[in-house]
Amino acid sequence: MSTSTAQLEPEQLTATGHRSLKVKGANARKRQRKDLAVKALLTIVMIIASIPIVLIILEVARRGAAVINWEFLTQEEPPPRREGGGYAAGFVGTLIIVSWATAFAVPIGILAAVYLVEYGKGLMAGVIRFFTDVMTGIPSVFIGLAVYAIIILGTGQRFTFGAFPAAVAIGIIMLPIVVRASEEMLKTVPDDLRAGSYAMGARRWQTILKVVLPAAAPGLSTASMLAVARGTGETAPLILTAFGNVFVIWTLFNQPIGALPLQIYNGARQPFAPGLERAWGGALALLVIVLVLTVVARWIGSKAKLGERH
Amino acid sequence: MSTEVSTEAPSSHRPLRSKGRGRYADRLFGWLLLACGLSVLAVLAAMVLRTVVDSFPVFQYEGVLDFFFGTQWTAGHDVTGAFTGTYGAFPFIFGTLYTSAIAVTLALPAAIGVALYINFYANRRLRTPLSYTVEVLAAVPSIIFGLWGLLWFVPTILHPFTRWVSDTFGGVIPWLSSPVPNVNYFHAGFVLAIMILPIITAITREVLATTPVAEVQAAYGLGATRWEVLRSVVLVRGFSGIVGATILGLGRALGETVAVLMLVGGSQKFGSRLFFPGDTLASHIAATFQDAAPETLVALTGIGVVLFVITMVVNIIARLIVWRFGRLGGVSL
Repeated sequence: MSTSTAQLEPEQLTATGHRSLKVKGANARKRQRKDLAVKALLTIVMIIASIPIVLIILEVARRGAAVINWEFLTQEEPPPRREGGGYAAGFVGTLIIVSWATAFAVPIGILAAVYLVEYGKGLMAGVIRFFTDVMTGIPSVFIGLAVYAIIILGTGQRFTFGAFPAAVAIGIIMLPIVVRASEEMLKTVPDDLRAGSYAMGARRWQTILKVVLPAAAPGLSTASMLAVARGTGETAPLILTAFGNVFVIWTLFNQPIGALPLQIYNGARQPFAPGLERAWGGALALLVIVLVLTVVARWIGSKAKLGERH
Repeated sequence: MSTEVSTEAPSSHRPLRSKGRGRYADRLFGWLLLACGLSVLAVLAAMVLRTVVDSFPVFQYEGVLDFFFGTQWTAGHDVTGAFTGTYGAFPFIFGTLYTSAIAVTLALPAAIGVALYINFYANRRLRTPLSYTVEVLAAVPSIIFGLWGLLWFVPTILHPFTRWVSDTFGGVIPWLSSPVPNVNYFHAGFVLAIMILPIITAITREVLATTPVAEVQAAYGLGATRWEVLRSVVLVRGFSGIVGATILGLGRALGETVAVLMLVGGSQKFGSRLFFPGDTLASHIAATFQDAAPETLVALTGIGVVLFVITMVVNIIARLIVWRFGRLGGVSL
């Protein structure tokens, strides 16, 4: 202390003889310059990192908007060399596959989340929790392969490619997402509500079904919509289960069915311009569906959180 | 009113604990919930068992080590299901690891930068929309990245750049030597990096946000600049979380299928050159599945098992690390 104050002028000391806070250290300028440099660097990184995503959205919007019209939404696709037509087969196929996937993944997922939140204290819950988290990281193509092995090979081809195995595969992809997100939402339901319900004499199942779930409803719809958004965009498992079709298929079983991501994939892999253009149109449609679902889901979720704070 | 209050004793003492049939409802409901929870494990177990059993013949035919490290993959065409081809998955394992390594190398610095910027530099009004955008971007389907990469980004920007790099430095550094086809490891890895950037960023942000406020304030109180606070408090505290986030991003890159399939080359060879057109485990399954003979299907299932084992190990390690920060709230990736 004494050595550092010794070199200071008298006006740089305080009344008690300590170093004034206004005196800057010897390397203060260097440190400040470094701080500014890091700030500039991080700003540049931020800008560079956001460029690709802007480019993607602009390019998909520009190329896709030229293609999307009523015909594109309602007509089946002609051979790739021919102009016109559209992705009706893909839209219908995706609607069917994702609806069925949602129908089984969302209820099971939400109930599993209820188990984790309301009953989940022991080892079993820990194991389920852990593997649910791990399951979100399984490659979707593996899920497609496994569903093919179980449903198509496993039944001796009694079921073949079609909406059913595709829906199972997409549902398995959605399941852990629903569980994880629902669990977070159910945790935000205040314990006072549960206690109030029990005090009124309600049983546990009544409390859960009539108090907890309704209170968490907006959050649960957020969770489900995020999962649906993820399921809608999956391509790889559909190659192995839905197989693809350019005609509109309404049947659930044993009839190869188209899907929006599959049609984009097939359109992008062939050399003819009309087919490529349609792939861009499909990409824009898919991007809009997925982003709208995601944004609306997050919006509902944030509203729900705001509501709970008041 | 008060006169109507009864002072009579209740006619019967109904016990609080009901003996009605309703008392089983709770237990039944609990079992139903447990069944739903267990279904997640059951699905996982069924998938693993079935694929392992189905792919067993190819491991038997080639031998486990030869399947992993064999460098020759020639699909057979025997319709009866007998093995006639040669199945060594090493070219695909190599391609998977190579493209993922490229992706993580490119994405990680950017992700940390973006996370730090959003959490500590962006002004308050900008912070929410920025973090929101990052999370929404993680939802863009991979087919869109694949289409954009194949039809616009690679021919317009990336390919001219990589050709220039190869022409300029390829003579000196063999790693960068030509030829540079329009689909190769680096192009796939670059687009993969763009895809996993939001994922690593989102988790890194959540991890960094768990830094104790008191420690940050204490560092400022000692006169640290913002960068010094980040370097000696935030990044130190969050280091293992960032490692976990990176491994999760790596897991995503390893299993990514369609975008890689469109950009990696689709050959059944491998090479250490950066611009070599190769193939990965996931994309090889998706690319050849629809035309595969029965014996090749078994071999593809074998590839699937290998892919599963690799991603599972990576994911379990990552989860164990990230879980130490408590399960992260908003990010369900």
